[in-house]
Amino acid sequence: MLLINCPHCGDRAQTEFTYRGDATVQRPDPATASQAQWLDYIYFRDNPCGPHIEWWQHSAGCRQWIKVKRNVQTHEMLGSADATGEIADEIEEAPA
Amino acid sequence: MRYSIFSLARNALTNHENWQEAWKSPEPKPSYDVIIIGGGGHGLATAYYLAKNHNITNVALLEKGWIGGGNTGRNTTIIRSNYLLEPNAHLYEHSMKLWEGLSQDLNFNLMFSQRGVLNLAHSDAQIDALHRRGNAMRLNGIDAEILNLQRIKEMVPLLDTSAQTRFPIMGGLLQPRGGTARHDSVAWGYARAADARGVDIIENCEVTGFKREGGKVVGVETTRGAIDAQKIGVAVAGNTTRVMDMLDMRMPMESHVLQAMVTEPVKPMLDTVVTSGAAHLYISQSDKGELVFGGDLDGYNSYAQRGNFPVLEHIIQAVITLFPAVSRLRLMRTWGGLMDMSMDGSPIICKTDIQGLYLNAGWCYGGFKATPASGYCFAHTIANDAPHEYNAAFTLDRFHQGWLIDEKGVGASPMSH
Repeated sequence: MLLINCPHCGDRAQTEFTYRGDATVQRPDPATASQAQWLDYIYFRDNPCGPHIEWWQHSAGCRQWIKVKRNVQTHEMLGSADATGEIADEIEEAPA
Repeated sequence: MRYSIFSLARNALTNHENWQEAWKSPEPKPSYDVIIIGGGGHGLATAYYLAKNHNITNVALLEKGWIGGGNTGRNTTIIRSNYLLEPNAHLYEHSMKLWEGLSQDLNFNLMFSQRGVLNLAHSDAQIDALHRRGNAMRLNGIDAEILNLQRIKEMVPLLDTSAQTRFPIMGGLLQPRGGTARHDSVAWGYARAADARGVDIIENCEVTGFKREGGKVVGVETTRGAIDAQKIGVAVAGNTTRVMDMLDMRMPMESHVLQAMVTEPVKPMLDTVVTSGAAHLYISQSDKGELVFGGDLDGYNSYAQRGNFPVLEHIIQAVITLFPAVSRLRLMRTWGGLMDMSMDGSPIICKTDIQGLYLNAGWCYGGFKATPASGYCFAHTIANDAPHEYNAAFTLDRFHQGWLIDEKGVGASPMSH
């Protein structure tokens, strides 16, 4: 069981959360974006083997979207923040 | 040496101590015509068909661990070609036809058993969807039968077909030619047959970089030294991004974990493969008697090759709902494998923009049944520098062109395929 630190509610079980995916992906500006930018945004991912910043929604809790930093090779939790916040580097990153 | 009843008898006389190794483990040579990266089923099949169909035998297959140690030995061994979309139907049906003669072709008993694959429907909408898919299959020359509840009861007597169950069963779609094969045998059989045709199978050899000249790849750096090659095929599903990162090629891919498990062995109780999309389950019984089953992805990015309990619990609930008799069995093992989840749920088998580099990836969790056709088409693509008709649609370029092959129609959400 993943134990996910919700910045609003504290450590909660993964079953309270819904996963969304890579939180570093930025939606391009529709007014100026090229086709290549849209392509990259929709289909292409870094998919790192190591620390990964991702969206989770605390759907069975406070219902807030949060950012979580997690090592996808070890499932180790490396920090979390509100959706608009930045994750503090309190925990040393495990080597990828 | 060919395996036969005579070789078995001869070796029995010497207490089975003099069997030849199934494949040699040579030191890598300085250069090859073709290098295949990845010693799973797909890489091994590719090496075999390069030698058999295209007479290219100066081939090295590089595996970072050992043959059969990755996803080839972690799947639930199901074989089927019950697809809706034409490119998928043709590719997987080609695979099915290869499976049907594969034990003889490889001279290796793959324990291929066409016990049927039965998809259950629990709603009117699912009945409609199964009819649509069944009709599409038959138009593509693939066997498909719609079963009513009575026929399902006769075929799978231990299934709870009562109206009181959580997901009452309304009907099903059967592919009689579907079934299972012993997955380790597939790896060992292809490895032995490729080796016999001159392929060098090199284990414990991890690729750490590529050698490039101009716009071409000309070799690889490995943990066992540098090796040159005219052509390089990458077949490392699960770790595709890690390998392609060495070439700065971004992939339309996420790596996810998929779990499976087996119970203790029991006497024969299930002689077909049963799947339920609604309950998120596929289940069969192995020749040893274990019930083998799995369900959906854990649902978050992962390279860990292990998952978590909530998904296991969900799958086990589905098993017990559909087969109440299973509730007293003990679970023996659970495990996880890495899935190359592509953005449209379909694989990629193609040339790349880098000359000499070919890609086989994105198998999501449907790779095992595709092993023969994947190797067959990938070998064709490498040998001819052009795709076979059955993999022509499975390009990397389709994401740029908008020709996606999205069997489930769920969009660019890899965890949903």
